[in-house]
Amino acid sequence: MKQARTRSLSILFQLGGLILAFGFVTLILLSIDANPAEAFRLIWQGAVGNSTRIASVFVVWVPLVLVTCGVLVTFTAGLWNIGIEGQITLGAIFTTGVIRLFLDTPVHPVLVIVLSILAGMVGAAIWAVLAGLLKVFGGVNEIFGGLGLNFIATALNIGLIFGAWSRPGVASMSGTEPFPEAYWLPTFQNFRFSWYSIALTVVGLVVIYFLLQGTHFGLRLKAVGKGIKSAFRLGIPTWQHMLLSFLICGLFAGLAGALQVVAVYHRLIPAISSGYGFMGLMIGMLINYQAIWVAPIALFFAALNIGGIQLPIVMKLDSTLTGVLQGSLVLFILLMQGVKQRVLGNK
Amino acid sequence: MKIGFNQINKHFGEVHANADITLDVQSGMIFGILGENGAGKSTLMKILSGFIQPDSGEIVLDGKAVSIETPADAIKFGIGMLHQDPLDFPPMQVIDNFIVGQRGGLILSHKDVIKAFRELQSQFDFSLDPDAYVDTLTVGERQQLEILRLLWLGARVLILDEPTTGISIQQKEKLFAALKVLAGQRKTIIFVSHKLEDVEVLCDQVAILRKGYLVGQVDAPYDTDQLVEMMFGKQIVLKELESVAQDKVVFELQDLYIEQYPLAIENVNFSLRAGEVIGLAGMEGSGQDVVLRACTGLLRPVSGRVIVNGTDLTGKNYLEFMQNGVAFLPASRLEEGLVPGLTLAEHFTVTTEDKQQLFIDKAYFRQKSEQMIEEYHIIGRPETPVESLSGGNQQRAALSLLKDSLSIILLEHPTRGLDIESTIYMWDKLKERCKLGTSIFFISGDLDEILRYSDRILVFFSGRVSPPLDSATVSLEQLGQLIGGKGWAKEFGDEETYEASTNP
Repeated sequence: MKQARTRSLSILFQLGGLILAFGFVTLILLSIDANPAEAFRLIWQGAVGNSTRIASVFVVWVPLVLVTCGVLVTFTAGLWNIGIEGQITLGAIFTTGVIRLFLDTPVHPVLVIVLSILAGMVGAAIWAVLAGLLKVFGGVNEIFGGLGLNFIATALNIGLIFGAWSRPGVASMSGTEPFPEAYWLPTFQNFRFSWYSIALTVVGLVVIYFLLQGTHFGLRLKAVGKGIKSAFRLGIPTWQHMLLSFLICGLFAGLAGALQVVAVYHRLIPAISSGYGFMGLMIGMLINYQAIWVAPIALFFAALNIGGIQLPIVMKLDSTLTGVLQGSLVLFILLMQGVKQRVLGNK
Repeated sequence: MKIGFNQINKHFGEVHANADITLDVQSGMIFGILGENGAGKSTLMKILSGFIQPDSGEIVLDGKAVSIETPADAIKFGIGMLHQDPLDFPPMQVIDNFIVGQRGGLILSHKDVIKAFRELQSQFDFSLDPDAYVDTLTVGERQQLEILRLLWLGARVLILDEPTTGISIQQKEKLFAALKVLAGQRKTIIFVSHKLEDVEVLCDQVAILRKGYLVGQVDAPYDTDQLVEMMFGKQIVLKELESVAQDKVVFELQDLYIEQYPLAIENVNFSLRAGEVIGLAGMEGSGQDVVLRACTGLLRPVSGRVIVNGTDLTGKNYLEFMQNGVAFLPASRLEEGLVPGLTLAEHFTVTTEDKQQLFIDKAYFRQKSEQMIEEYHIIGRPETPVESLSGGNQQRAALSLLKDSLSIILLEHPTRGLDIESTIYMWDKLKERCKLGTSIFFISGDLDEILRYSDRILVFFSGRVSPPLDSATVSLEQLGQLIGGKGWAKEFGDEETYEASTNP
């Protein structure tokens, strides 16, 4: 009974955070003489107004869910995998590399796609484990290590797009030469949306849910995250678990990056990670690391992203307004968690 | 100052930590508050010193009801609290610690303060060097500093929370003498303890708390049996213990040399036999914790060898020591012992070796934790997070998590902060294991505990390690002298190196 009360109180505080975030964005809109109701209506319409838009929301949902699943693993081990952006990028680079390798060979395109996705996962995992090795053996905090590796990944990506892999004749910000259609992940009718991506994402979600909730490995990771010294003393090999959590997170980031290449852009572009890594970290914090909430909250964030596209077109507002909304949501909900603790803790 | 507690109530969740406590403390007396762990002593004192607020009830000082909302308020009213762990600033000098907390912008001349400090400490026969750094002081000296600081701030009431833990016998005597001087100056002393012998020699009057309730008030002289019965609601009889040591050597230290700033510990040679209990005595920071950690692989010795059951494990890490039957229970339970945020059932799941398939068999581990909770009398449920257990229950949980077949258990302060009942229980459980051939290596600040439970004792003094002493032939006074660095030449000769044989 008491627990039920705490839970409903907790939801009340979350709702409070939500209202505050919308209130904050409303204030911003009012301060620049824009009509808030109109802006929110546009975002809503932009996200669900027609089937193309809904499909686009799911195109964003896929990498968001995968990345969030990945960071939940590192969060569970008590690690801040800021390097997630670089890991997505490396995944995309490896995937592109493998497709390019097989482009003019007789190897069946389906096999190439499968191989390229696996390569992307491996590439990102290597990048993630690198951050882990820096942490475990180099004493470099994973936040700084990850940040550094992000810069290197971006530089590598740009270097490839404008250098070794540049389009014949015109190297440009629009990315590498698109692959022939045979090397695209099949999409649903003529939307940008692929059932294969959705299926892989759902599988990933299920794997993460059970990994974290039901397995001995997940529990040991949690122990490492909550008290590394005690965990070690209880017999858990701690640094090995930390590296494994980086590895798993890397696999998910790599899958996200690979799908961006084979299912969405069909080439490597400079902003291939699209900030989904950081957004995944935000979602992870927002849902308090509960895997069960990944799918709906990622959907909400994806809808905001797509819905925001309408703002500059119709109202001449910058589409980053939805980013402000997303950011303030996280801030206010975390703030309300702190307030809740103070209110309940002093009783 | 006369202190009145008027119907104080305080709840923590479902625990009624203080239930309707009404109590008067006259000025100029040493007033004892006695009770086992979790009886509500600390809660009541924290209310008096402004750290927490009561749910209902009031504090009356000299007949006037007051509201004490912060520790700063308490000091304004003249109430100073000495905490179990000194709340001072170790990297600062004694004299700076003394000045800290001073109100007002008045710039005092350092010289005048030092003069005042010396005058004040001479009243109590303390001899602290004002220029020394606090981290070079012993716990007892830091306590003396804290008393002086509180008096300097104008405290007329001193609350001491378990002050005799971790200090030497000489320091304890000095402390008691100082408290008597203060009582003579009409100051009020509240002495919180679960140690009967301290309360009996020191306090003019004692109030006994049990499970949040005030059980009664007794004037000196006391009847020990009566006090025990009031504390626990029943008689407690200490059983006679016998050694169950076997001849087989299970653990050896050979020429161990360990460096851990500022200590360098040389030439430790020692053998531990199956079923034997060895106590490591010494003031905190004398090197016993360093040696203990070197014995578990948590600290790498510079040279020498650590041999467990005939296997040389020197330089291996703790996990390999564990695989060889060594277990370590650290003093800081929630930092190194248990994982805060994990439930009891989750702890059993992590530490149990059977049922290691991919998915957790939750029903199995729930049942297992229920069984362990019952066997070890842990007050908690499988889904209770460990950080919400009381100290004694955390220690029982830590003990229950140890594997069954261990050859050596190393413990840091196994019963620190536990009441008599929990202490007896803890040792019963450990002794049961000794009978099965497990050896025990433990550190304690409580010399009585060392003498009572050890077969042999190693004494530590600033990095020096004594040869093993037979606990049957050592007296409490002797041990007290040795941990204070006195009588080493007489006891062990002038040798710098000590060879310990298997059979003392």
